[in-house]
Formats: sequence, structure tokens, C-alpha cells
Amino acid sequence: MVGPIITSGMISPMWDNIFAVIIGMGFGFALEASGFSSSRKIIGTFFGYDFVVVKVFFTAAIVASMGLLYLSYFGLVDYSQLYIQPMFLSGAIVGGIIMGIGFSMGGFCPGTSLCAAAVGKLDGIVFLGGMFIGVFLFSESFPVWEKLYYSGSQGSKTINGAFGISPELFTFILVLVAVGMFYGAAWVQKKVKKVEY
Amino acid sequence: MKKIKSDGTTYLNPYLGGVILGTVLLLAFYISGRGLGASGAVKNTVAATVNAVAPKHVEHNAYYCQFAGNGKEPMSNWLVYEVLGVLAGAFISGIIFNRLKFKVEHSPKITSRRRLLFALGGGILFGFGTQLARGCTSGAALSGMAVLSLGGYITMIAIFGTAFIAAWIFRKNWI
Repeated sequence: MVGPIITSGMISPMWDNIFAVIIGMGFGFALEASGFSSSRKIIGTFFGYDFVVVKVFFTAAIVASMGLLYLSYFGLVDYSQLYIQPMFLSGAIVGGIIMGIGFSMGGFCPGTSLCAAAVGKLDGIVFLGGMFIGVFLFSESFPVWEKLYYSGSQGSKTINGAFGISPELFTFILVLVAVGMFYGAAWVQKKVKKVEY
Repeated sequence: MKKIKSDGTTYLNPYLGGVILGTVLLLAFYISGRGLGASGAVKNTVAATVNAVAPKHVEHNAYYCQFAGNGKEPMSNWLVYEVLGVLAGAFISGIIFNRLKFKVEHSPKITSRRRLLFALGGGILFGFGTQLARGCTSGAALSGMAVLSLGGYITMIAIFGTAFIAAWIFRKNWI
């Protein structure tokens, strides 16, 4: 079957939400089983005592990028039907910076705080509650941010397009960079003093 | 699988975890044509809640208007269903790996109270940032990277780059 299955109309769209639950379960399981319900494990990446975030995140990115290119090559997925979020440069950068500060302060990102909350970590539940407050504050003060939110619109640009290379070549370079980072992480971890957690 | 943590619970090998996560992400694109997400469900829940309490207010707010009011159903959304699955999947993993326990995880050098205050502050900032960047680490960064979106890469670098610097500022909370 040529994917995406739902948009191609082969299965009733009603199934989309059922698949959403199943896909979500896989997502939650992968995060929790890898240790992302622990803020001290996640934050270890920034101090060099545990690089689980780098390893899991970039392994997932190369598996999915390569997988989609292979599926597309064999005609199993219609790449043009995949959702690529339009880019708004200013929001992406400023929002990313705010998220980065929140990351180091709180020790979670939204997905990992859900996993932490699900296994009973109270700090995860509080982080999750904070997110609701943050979203609420943003929405209520939207007129203040509206200009920034809509500025720097670039459409759905790809990174290989920005470098002027093919998606396959970019992904190949990405794999090399990721493997380099995995070796680098192992090397740093050996040098850094162990942190009990 | 090997023991890494002092509390005796085990974690998957991170590369195996990454392959599972990447495969789930691939399936999301193959089945539904979209990536994974987390913050979108929070946004829709906030919009639905405000709409239930003050529908007039939603009509006059250009942001809520995109997601709620006018017959829109913010809670019947792919991301909301997916996040319910995330909670269930993480809970199942918690059972399997024997990690279900109510506790505040923090460095022995700080109090639980301090940890919770910083978790709250971090959550507020992260929630705010996701709206400005139209997605979080999973929705904007990871899912964007899978389809080679430039915006996804920029968001990823902004998040991890800033977090790396900010970690040094907040280091006393962690190590």
C-alpha cells in the first residue's frame, strides 16, 4: 500500500484516531523505556555524564529520515503527501531559545514530561501543569506576539534544498555526523566524573 | 539491557530505544502522513477549556480562534488521541521495568520544593516557547528532521544550543 495510508483514502479516516492512540503508545513506550521519564538522566547530556538523549534522538532521526527515503524510493510512500510544517524563522528561533531555557530549568520537554507523569514522577506532573499555564499565557497575550509569530515566513523549506544537495546526500551526511557524535559522546562520558542519580 | 541506575531499574539500550522511536515515527508518517507531537495536545486542551468556560472570549482572541469555537472540535484531534496513547505506553513501560512510583526526582543537593518550583518554571517557559515555535522537541524538531524540514533543524539547534548554555546557569540544581 502506498502511504500515507489515511490521506490516500484506502482506509476510512475514522481509523486515523485509532492509529493515533496506537502510535502514541509506541512513542510513550520508546521514550519511557529509554529512560526519558527521568529528568536527571535527560539533563546528563548537557553535563556529559549520560548521553542517552543524543543517542536516542539522533538514532530515531536517522532511522526515520532513511526509512522515508527508502519507502519513497520503492514507491511505498508519496513524499509530497507528508506534512512538512511551514517555517516561520523568527518564531522557530525565539521559541526554540525559550524552550531551551525551560528544558534546562525543568529537565523535561513536553513528550518526556508526559512519560514522567505517567510513571508517577511528581516533578513531571508539575512540569506538565506548567506547560498548560505557559500555553494559556501565550494565548492570552497573543496580540503582543502576533507580529513575531507571523514574521519570517519561508514556506515548507527543506534543509537539503538550503544546502543545494539531494535529500539522499544530506541524509548520508546526517548519518555520518550522528555516528561521529555517538563516538564523541562515548569518549566524553569516559572523561567526565560519574554522577550518582 | 543493563543496569545503569542506582534504584535498580533497567533501561533499554539507547540505540535500540532510538530504533524503536524512529520506527514509530516512520509508521506515523506512513499511516497518517504526519509526525509525532506532544505540545499540540496541550494547546488544544487549553483552547477547549477556555472555550468551555468563556466562549465569547475565544471568539475575540485571534489565537484560540484557530483551534476552538465556531463548531471546531479541539479535543477530537489526532494529537490529542496520540498523547493519550503516550500516557498509556509510558505507563506500560513503567510496569514492565518496575518504575511506577510516586516521587520527586532531584539532586541530593537540593530540596524537593526547589525541584518542583524549577519544574513549574521550566514547564511554563517550555509551554510558551512551543506556541511561538509551532511545536516542541517532538513535533517541530524530531518530526521536522525526519522529513528534512529546515525549520525542524533550526528549532532543534535553538532548543539544544540554548539548553546547553542554560544548563550551566542552572548547574547547581543538577550536579
